[in-house]
Amino acid sequence: MKVQTIFRMSSPYRDDFRIKAYTFGNGKKTLCLVGTMRGDEIQQQYVASRLVALLRSAEEAGMLTDKMSISIIPSVNPSSINIEKRFWALDGTDINRMFPGYDQGETTQRIAAGVFEFIKDYQFGIQLASYYLPGNFLPHVHMFRTGFEDIDNACLFGLPYVTVATPKPFDTVLLNYNWQIWDTQAFSLYAGTTDVIDHEMANITLKSISRFMLQKGIISRPLNVDDCSDIGQEDDAMPTVIDMADMIDLQAPHAGLLITKVSVGQSIRKGDTLAQIMHPYEGRETCRIVAPEDGIVFFARNKSITFQNTLLFRLIKCS
Amino acid sequence: MIQNVTALEMPIDEEFRIVKNHITHGKGKRICIVTGTHGDELEGQYVCYLIAKMVSENKHKLSGTVDIYPALNPLGIDTMQRGVPAFDLDMNRIFPGNNRGSMIEKVAHDIYTDLSGADMVIDIHASNIFLREMPQVRISETTAPTLVPYARMLGIDFIWVHQAATVLESTLAHSLNSTGTPCLVAEMAVGGRISHSMCQKLTDGIQNLMFHMGIWSEAPEEGKVGDSILCDKGDAVAFLNAQVSGIFTTEIHNGVMVREGQLIGQIISPLTGKVLSDVLSPCNGLLFTIRAYPVVYEGSLLGRIYKDESIQES
Ligand SMILES: [Zn+2]
Repeated sequence: MKVQTIFRMSSPYRDDFRIKAYTFGNGKKTLCLVGTMRGDEIQQQYVASRLVALLRSAEEAGMLTDKMSISIIPSVNPSSINIEKRFWALDGTDINRMFPGYDQGETTQRIAAGVFEFIKDYQFGIQLASYYLPGNFLPHVHMFRTGFEDIDNACLFGLPYVTVATPKPFDTVLLNYNWQIWDTQAFSLYAGTTDVIDHEMANITLKSISRFMLQKGIISRPLNVDDCSDIGQEDDAMPTVIDMADMIDLQAPHAGLLITKVSVGQSIRKGDTLAQIMHPYEGRETCRIVAPEDGIVFFARNKSITFQNTLLFRLIKCS
Repeated sequence: MIQNVTALEMPIDEEFRIVKNHITHGKGKRICIVTGTHGDELEGQYVCYLIAKMVSENKHKLSGTVDIYPALNPLGIDTMQRGVPAFDLDMNRIFPGNNRGSMIEKVAHDIYTDLSGADMVIDIHASNIFLREMPQVRISETTAPTLVPYARMLGIDFIWVHQAATVLESTLAHSLNSTGTPCLVAEMAVGGRISHSMCQKLTDGIQNLMFHMGIWSEAPEEGKVGDSILCDKGDAVAFLNAQVSGIFTTEIHNGVMVREGQLIGQIISPLTGKVLSDVLSPCNGLLFTIRAYPVVYEGSLLGRIYKDESIQES
């Protein structure tokens, strides 16, 4: 294991801002994983740190394939996590919206450029991503339709779902998009939660990374992830590829207190109650969120208040 | 007449509302004055006030419609936040929105739909709390042929035609311009403050534009609307970025000519009493942006200079 600081910047009064990379094996740049970019990605920090530990053991056990190297960048943004701000605190910019970066530009453009310079030549790229709405996901692999996306390889993670989406203009500055444009096969991995650690979801995510590395011949045996429940663990089970646009979005018809009755991964039948929205003063139900058809809960909001129209659930149709 | 552009419930006994003042008289074109997309930019508040006062007190001079939208991000303005509170989103990165999308996407959609079809939209921004800007109109090069003549009618100090960027396709202005509704983006001064004289000047410019569009019967007084400096060459703007982190100080004001090698400011260390970096102008030209907020990191923007030898200092 080699640890290096790939980007360093002074701060007016805080400690230096440092981005570290942990590299395992030697040779061709084969796989790179980027952990946290936003200050609320605690689950992603947990997954990245455990992957470092697993790869360290794997390297010591001689499980890494010769002439291949793997790098893990546990965090691109320790500065924001430390002060519990989601974005770069001085100017509110999002490092994940600054790629491919510009080394003569503004602070977060320079950070993105420094990171991208290090990660751009890898064959495979994995980002532990989070979503802009608070909520939990079924662990899945996500990719943009850029013309370079590689869905067959995305299926090798063995997670039950691979999602694809057509990029919007605002998505063209994301890491995943730019990695793909620069010839890295890039995958965004959603590890279930964001601001809290979910051990089981983390294990599912780590097992999927292990499976991918094994399938690609980067490691010779599976990484030693703890026992965990077997969502999509059969290596021969074919994942379902879904376009995000084909999912069913359920929004809040009214604002209020949100009492959620289901969790992600749960199968639901048409007519099932997914949530109640309660009047915040009078304690009565203002409306009920009901499944419009049979499906599986893919995303569920995890905040207990809602605006009107806020996205509460995203469902995969069962048909 | 005050109208709702959109209205949605908030969790606890509060309605989220975006309002406009719809003033109409006779037949004619429609101009929309919008501002407050970024909650920390306040110059547009005073411009909206001046336009609303002018039009409502002199309705007989109006032939057409003036719609005034002073707060596209009302939660942000009321709570001193640039983005949309509770969503942590830049309001100007989600247009044209989505009617069936989440709350904020629906809001963007309702704003976009309400503005669509207008004969002119003026979207007033006020930089941010970090940078002080000379009054300017920013135009993407793809829309320059249509929009530069209108921008000139505003008589604003500076017109910056910049290269198109895919990421900016999610702005209100791009969404409108690309679907046939002309929209000019004005940037001026600095966030969190109001400069009366700059606001009055932009208001005179808007009156002039309304006069030329046939919406207002009276031109501004002679001499109130000046000429603009047009910057339409892609590589003609030099960016000054901080080389080190520290505290930036300057005595210089923007809107002046600077010479190559001239000291623009310094990044200092209050701890040691040392100068960490002398910030020098890389060229001769017009300093149209200068940093206002002293705390800087490596890379923080300190100024922008339009490289042009021919400009005479006024
Ligand atoms: Zn703005």
